[in-house]
Formats: sequence, C-alpha cells, structure tokens
Amino acid sequence: MIAPPSAPAGKSGRPTGPPPTALRLRSWSLRLSPRGLVTGTAIAVLGLAVSLVALSVGEFTVPIRDIVAALFGEGPPVAELIVNRLRAPRIVTGLLVGAAFGLSGAIFQSLTRNPLGSPDFVGLTSGAATGGIAAVVLGGSAWQIAGASLAGCVAGALAVYALAFQRGVQGYRLILVGIGVNALLISADWYMLTRADISDAATAGAWITGSLGGRGWEHAIPVACAMAVLLPACAWLSRPLRMMEMGDDSARAMGVRVEPVRAAAIAVGVLLCGVATAATGPVIFVAMAAPQLARRISRSPGVTLVISALTGATLLVGADLAAQRLFAPVQLPVGIMTAAIGGVYLVFLLRRERR
Amino acid sequence: MRLYGTGLTLSYDKRVVARDLDVTIPDGSFTVIIGPNACGKSTMLRALARMLKPRAGAVHLDGSVITSLPSKEVARRLGLLPQSSIVPDGITVADLVGRGRYPHQRMMRQWSREDEAAVAAAMESTDVTELADRCVDELSGGQRQRVWLAMALAQETPILLLDEPTTFLDIAHQIEVLDLCADLHEQGRTLVAVLHDLNQACRYATHLIVMRDGRIVAEGDPSTIVTTDLVREVFELRCEIIEDPQSGTPLIVPETRRRAPVRT
Repeated sequence: MIAPPSAPAGKSGRPTGPPPTALRLRSWSLRLSPRGLVTGTAIAVLGLAVSLVALSVGEFTVPIRDIVAALFGEGPPVAELIVNRLRAPRIVTGLLVGAAFGLSGAIFQSLTRNPLGSPDFVGLTSGAATGGIAAVVLGGSAWQIAGASLAGCVAGALAVYALAFQRGVQGYRLILVGIGVNALLISADWYMLTRADISDAATAGAWITGSLGGRGWEHAIPVACAMAVLLPACAWLSRPLRMMEMGDDSARAMGVRVEPVRAAAIAVGVLLCGVATAATGPVIFVAMAAPQLARRISRSPGVTLVISALTGATLLVGADLAAQRLFAPVQLPVGIMTAAIGGVYLVFLLRRERR
Repeated sequence: MRLYGTGLTLSYDKRVVARDLDVTIPDGSFTVIIGPNACGKSTMLRALARMLKPRAGAVHLDGSVITSLPSKEVARRLGLLPQSSIVPDGITVADLVGRGRYPHQRMMRQWSREDEAAVAAAMESTDVTELADRCVDELSGGQRQRVWLAMALAQETPILLLDEPTTFLDIAHQIEVLDLCADLHEQGRTLVAVLHDLNQACRYATHLIVMRDGRIVAEGDPSTIVTTDLVREVFELRCEIIEDPQSGTPLIVPETRRRAPVRT
C-alpha cells in the first residue's frame, strides 16, 4: 500500500491543513477543522488582549487588576467610572460593530465570489453615509442620524439589487452596478456638504469618517440586540452559502434553494452593515479586509463567517486603539485609521493576486 | 419509470428551445443524449435536473412533479454534474468531495459516520483517494473532473445526470471518465449524460436519445437506431457506419469530398 503523499504546498505556497474532524454526540455532529479551531481561538484571545489594553491605557492609565475589579463592581471609584462608563461601552461597541462589518463583508464576498463585492463597494456604506449626512444637514438628533443611516443602507442595497436584477442577480453585475450607485451617492454627499451650513458640514464630515469616540452603552445595546437576532441567521446561512460558492447549478443540484438563500443572505448582510453604520458611522475597509484576512490566516477554503466576525472585531478595536494612542493627545476617528490601513492592504492584495 | 418529462416546453426568456417534448429515462440505463449544437440536449438535461423550470409540462421523479418535492429530498435521489462549476479558492480534494454530502446533512448533523464512509467510497471508486489532501486548483483537467464526479457520487443518488462530462478533456481523459461512468452504471446507477462524440455515445450508451431542433428524432439501443440515414438527417453528414473493433457498436466514419489528403 502506497502511503498518501504528504500535503504539498499550494499554488501560493500555502500548505493545506489537516483533514477536518467531527465532534459527535448521538445523532448530532459538528464539523470542525483543527486549524480553524486554533486560529479562531487565537484571534479571539488576541481580540480580548487588545480590548484589555484598550481598557487600561489612555489619558488615565488603569492597572489591569483594577480593571478586573472594576468590571465586577469592586474597584476604586475612579477606575469604575473610567472603565465601566467610558471605555467598556466604547470597546463593546467596537467589538460588536467590527464583528457585524466582518460578517457583512464575508456574506457579500461569498455571494459575489469577489473581495470587491464588499459593502464598501456595492453601495451599502455609501447609502448609509448619504442617509446620515442628510439627517445631519436637516438637523436630526443622534437617533435620527442613526435611523437615517440604517435606512440609507437599506435603500442603497435595494437600488443596487433592483438595478442589477436580471433573471436573478449575478455577482459581477452586483459589483459593477454597486460602483455606479456608489459614485452617484458620493456626488449627492458632496452636493449636500457644499450646500450645508458650515457647522452642520463639520458635524457631517466627522460622522462620515466613522468613529467610536463618545460611544456609550446606549450605542452598544441596540447593536447587541440586533446581533442576537442576526447571528443565528448567519449560522443558518453559512452552509448553503458555502455550497453557492461552487456556482448556482452545483448548489441547486445539492438541494440548496439558491434564490431564497441569496435573498436572505443579502437581507442579513445589509442589516448587519446598516446596524453597524448606525452605531459608528461608515467605518470603511473592515468589511472588505476582515474576511480576506480571516481566509488567509485560517487557510480555509472560501469565506468563513465565524473567523471573519472575530477578525473584524479584533481589527476595529485594534485600529481604534491605534487611532487613539498613535498621535496622542490628538485622537483620530477610527475610520481614518481603517481607511489608511485599507488603502495599503488593498494594494497589497491586488499585487498579490496579479502574480 | 423513475424519471420522465411530459409535454415540456423549454425556453430561456423568450427563446423557446423545445416545445411539447416527451422524454423518459429508462431505469437502470446509461442514457446518452446526443445531437448537433443548439439542438436542446443540455436544456433538456437541465430541465430533468430541475435547473430549468419548464414553461409548460412537468418533469416527474418517482411519481411526483419534481418541483413539488423538497429540494434536499430531490438531491438525495438525483444528482447532477453541471457543465462547469467553480472551485472554491484553496479547497482540498477531500473537502470538495465532502460537500457532496450536503443533502444528507442538517445544521445539527454536519458530519456523520455515513458521510465519512460515503466520501471515502466515492474517492475510492474515482481513484482520487491519493489526492485527498491536494488543492483542487493544482490538479490537471482529468483529475479535476474525477474529483467533481467523486463529489456527485458522495451524494449517493440512484440517478446521476452529467452535462457534457468530457468537454475540455483530452482524448485519454475522455475515455477514462467514460469508462468510469460505465463502471458506475454497472454498479446499479441510472446515468444520463449529454455527449458530443457520436462514436463515444454509441460505445457507452445502453439507451441513446438523438435530438434535433428541440425534438427527439430517435431513441433506443444505439446498434439498432444509428444508421447512415439518421446521421445524415440529424447531423447533415454523409458517413459510413462500420463495427467498432473494440466494442462491436456502430462506428461512424464521415465521408469527405477529398479522397486523400493533398500534400505539398
């Protein structure tokens, strides 16, 4: 008997991971890949570590042991105020929003089978931005701005979907139409900004960069509630979505109801992006980069939802920490940090794919 | 008969490909559908595989209208190897073949022992066990087609439809894939394939369906139905028919205007 050849290096030099194993209990079974498990845990630990550091450092440094005490309500009053009232809600918002962007990006990249099929490019983020700016210019409250950006995100998605629809929606059309709608929305943004009152324009300008500054529990809790509904939907969608990566015919032949699954996935992806944008403003690039990074780190085929969510959460909180500390005492909005990293990463990605 | 269609009108948007078409797939047969380009053979296969909803008429599977059955239920009885599929980036052979188990799985039953056994058996019979840990995108065309076949086999359906399984393969790999199909048929599956090569169709089919302009012109055992008249009528080709020295089936030798190649 000839031994199977050892796993050779892949096309881009990546070795293929060990075969997946299963966790079984009676008639139940869960499929787990050891590498996915290890990387997922590693990213989660990294995310927690970054969060702890973010809880600790700042204008006022809180020692780690005081953080733990404060979280359990037994720390010094100053530490409790800083940790529980100021930093924790900001970080929790960041983790949730990052996870939502990561998931939304993973869903859209999986549907379009293209990294450029991210919410940032198919009209969702810009729809949310336009909605938000309109609300600022019309003098809306914080809640109205959040609501308008969620509505703008859904409207942008509907416009792209309707314009791209032709006997079903194909990935490539979705991207091209999305880019067109994006351009239209950006021109609308600039029109409003040039016509707006200077202080409104400044507020709107700050809002569209996307920021975690001043985020409290009132921001974190709505996002958490939305995630409680959307996460199970993602779990249900992940397996049929994976089948659809092999083409609609293959998926249909395997018993996937392609059109309903696609519609549900688009709805969930839009809501994730919309809720996240409503909380922080359009933080670009997380939705594009998180699934790509996740895929490269976990070396799993196709797009992975869980690892994308973990990566998005870690990325956003990490970028926010960097934005706060890198040029301290000047605090940058996290959107500027992600946009800067995003540009560099996108070029890196494209150069790599070209080869 | 487990799989048949009656009164099928098949169209893409406004363009009608076939009208009032009746087709029956004999149980346990290796049925090959053949005909000139754009005769509707792939369209008919897609309708049988419920990839295309007929504008009129219906495809029946095990006595029920196929579109009325739950889609996973259909996928446990009828498999399809589409003309082209997309290889997910960086997927290994074992992973891809494993995806064929989807219709047997649920959210809380993702990887049972039956799944494992079916994947191992499918890889064994298509001879890709040794490639299990390789990336699919680094395989040759022939190997890749065997992997896709393995995925369809892992689905463990009694009926398997193949849409031009030999396209894009060189002649050696075409024969390899068709021999494999014949083995699968011998093991008791009903196979339906769309092929381009009339000689290969005659050699492997137990039941041949010949189509032209969206109609079935002839069907039956290749040795009895394939005649020079039929080939002229369907393909507009004059030919001689001799016996295939390997299989005893009809072998079509096209006529040419020239007697011998002109060499200069």
